[in-house]
Amino acid sequence: MTEVTPQTAAAAAPPSSGWQRVVRDLWPVVGAGVLFVVVWAAIVAIGDYPPYILPGPQIVAERFVNGWTEGTIGPHFWTTVKEVLLGLAVGGGAGVLVGVLLARSRIAARMLSPYIVAAQATPILALAPLIALWFGTGLGSRVLICALICFFPIAVATMVGIRSVDPKLIELGRSFRATRRQRLTRIEVPSALPQILGGFRIGVTLAVVGAIVAEWAGGDSGLGVLINLARGSMFDIPLMFAALFTIALLGVALYLIVVAIERRLIRPHH
Amino acid sequence: MWPEVTHDLDAIELHGISRSFDIAGSSLPVLDRLELRVAEREIVAIVGPNGCGKSTLLRVVSGLLPPDAGSVLAFDSTVAGPDPRIGLVFQEPRLLPWRDVLANVAFPLELAGVARAEREERAREVLRLTGLDTFAEAFPDQLSGGMAQRAALARALAPEPDILLLDEPFSALDAMTRERLDDELLSLWGQTGTTIVLVTHSISEAVFLSDRVLIMSPRPGRIVADVSVNAPRPRSLSGVGTAMFSEAADEVRSTLATAESVEAA
Repeated sequence: MTEVTPQTAAAAAPPSSGWQRVVRDLWPVVGAGVLFVVVWAAIVAIGDYPPYILPGPQIVAERFVNGWTEGTIGPHFWTTVKEVLLGLAVGGGAGVLVGVLLARSRIAARMLSPYIVAAQATPILALAPLIALWFGTGLGSRVLICALICFFPIAVATMVGIRSVDPKLIELGRSFRATRRQRLTRIEVPSALPQILGGFRIGVTLAVVGAIVAEWAGGDSGLGVLINLARGSMFDIPLMFAALFTIALLGVALYLIVVAIERRLIRPHH
Repeated sequence: MWPEVTHDLDAIELHGISRSFDIAGSSLPVLDRLELRVAEREIVAIVGPNGCGKSTLLRVVSGLLPPDAGSVLAFDSTVAGPDPRIGLVFQEPRLLPWRDVLANVAFPLELAGVARAEREERAREVLRLTGLDTFAEAFPDQLSGGMAQRAALARALAPEPDILLLDEPFSALDAMTRERLDDELLSLWGQTGTTIVLVTHSISEAVFLSDRVLIMSPRPGRIVADVSVNAPRPRSLSGVGTAMFSEAADEVRSTLATAESVEAA
C-alpha cells in the first residue's frame, strides 16, 4: 500500500520538484513582504518623517542587526521566549484538563462556563497591573498572565473536540472494557487532537501578547520592557521598531512550530 | 477436523429477556420475554423484519445493553457487562482512523494490558488468519470496505473470544465481496471453533452460514421459528444451489412471511 498524498492526487498538474514547490509556496509571502517595505519607505519619503517619529525600513533593519550583534535585543528576547513557553505549558495543560472536564461533566460545564467566558472577556491589560501588584513583576506573575490568556482558546477547543468524538468509537471501547482513563487517552484525546492543536495555534500567538502585556506592567527584562526603554529613557525609536519586529517574528516562528507538530501528529486524511 | 456441534453445553442461554426504550416520553417494548439457547461451536443466524430488535438482542447478549428483565448466561455464568469471552463485530468497521491496521487489531489486547511484543505477535497471527498480513501497516482510509470489515473481524478475534457476535457484518458490502467474506468466515470458524451468532438481512447468507436460522417476530421481538439447516460441513459457495440449502431458504422465507402477516392482521 502506498500512501495517497495530495500531490499524487493532483496528477493533472505538471510534475514539480521540491525546490520548485518551495518557490511556488514562498513567492506570495516574499512578495507581500517586499510590497509592505516599499509602501513603508514611500510613506516615510513622501511625509518626510524624522526617524524619531517613523524610521524608514533601512534604519530599522540596521538597528535590528546591530541590536542583535551588540547584544541589546538578545537577553530581552530570551526572557520573553521563556515566559511564553512556560505560560503556554501551564495555560495549555490547564486548558486541556478543564476542556476535558467541561466535555465530560454537564454540571461542571454549567458551573464553570459563564465564569470562564467572563474571565476571558475581562481585558488582560486591566488584569496585568493587579497581578503585578499581588505577585510582583517576576517570572511567576508573567507566566501566570501568559497562561491566563492562552487558557481559554485551548480549553474551548478541547471541549468541542472531545464532545464531537464519534459515539460509535466510544461504544467500541466499551465493548472491549476500556477503563475511563483508557477511553480518554486511547480514544477521546487522539480523536480530538486536530481540534486541540487548533486551540494551540491560537493560544501560542496570544501567549506572546500576554508576555508583552505582563512585561509592560513592570520588571527589568523582556521585549516589552525593551520597547518601554527604547521609547522612554533611551529614546531610540528605531530600536523600538526592531523590538516590535522581533516580537512579530517570535509569534510567527512559534505558530509555525505548532503547525509542524500538527503535521507530524495528524495524518492528512484523519 | 471440523468442530463438532455438541449439545451438552450451552454457549449462550437467554431467559425471559425483555427490553424497552423510552422514545419521546413513551416506553417502546423491543424485546419481549425472549428465550434463546446456542450450543457450543454452533453457528446461529437471526433474521427478522426491520426494527424487530435483532441488533438490540445482540447488544444484550454482548453485555453492552443490560436487559430490563431476564438473564444472560455464557457457559453457565452470568454476563453482567462487556465480557472478555464474547467478541462483537459491528455493522461498520469502527476502526480508529489514526492507527494502522496492526495497531487497530492489537487495540483490545492493549486495553487488556498485554505487553507490546506479545500483542503485536498475536495481531500479526490474526491478520494472517484473515488474509490481511500485507495490510498491517495500512491506515483505515486506505482500505476497501471489505478489507476494513475483515480488519474489524480480526480485531474481534484477537482476544480469542469463545463467542463471536456479528451484527449485519457484511451488509454494507457488494454481493461478491460479501459471499467471499461469508466463505472466509466459515473457514475461520473451522480453524477456531468459535460459537457464532449473527444477525443478517440476507436469507441466503443465513442459510449458507448457519446450523439454525432463528426467525424473530415484528416488534416486540420474540423468536417465533427455528429452522435447521442440515447441509453438511465443510460448506462451500459451490454448494449453495443444492436442495438442502434451497429447502431451508424456502422454509425461512415462508415463516418470515407468516410472521409479518400475523403482525399486519
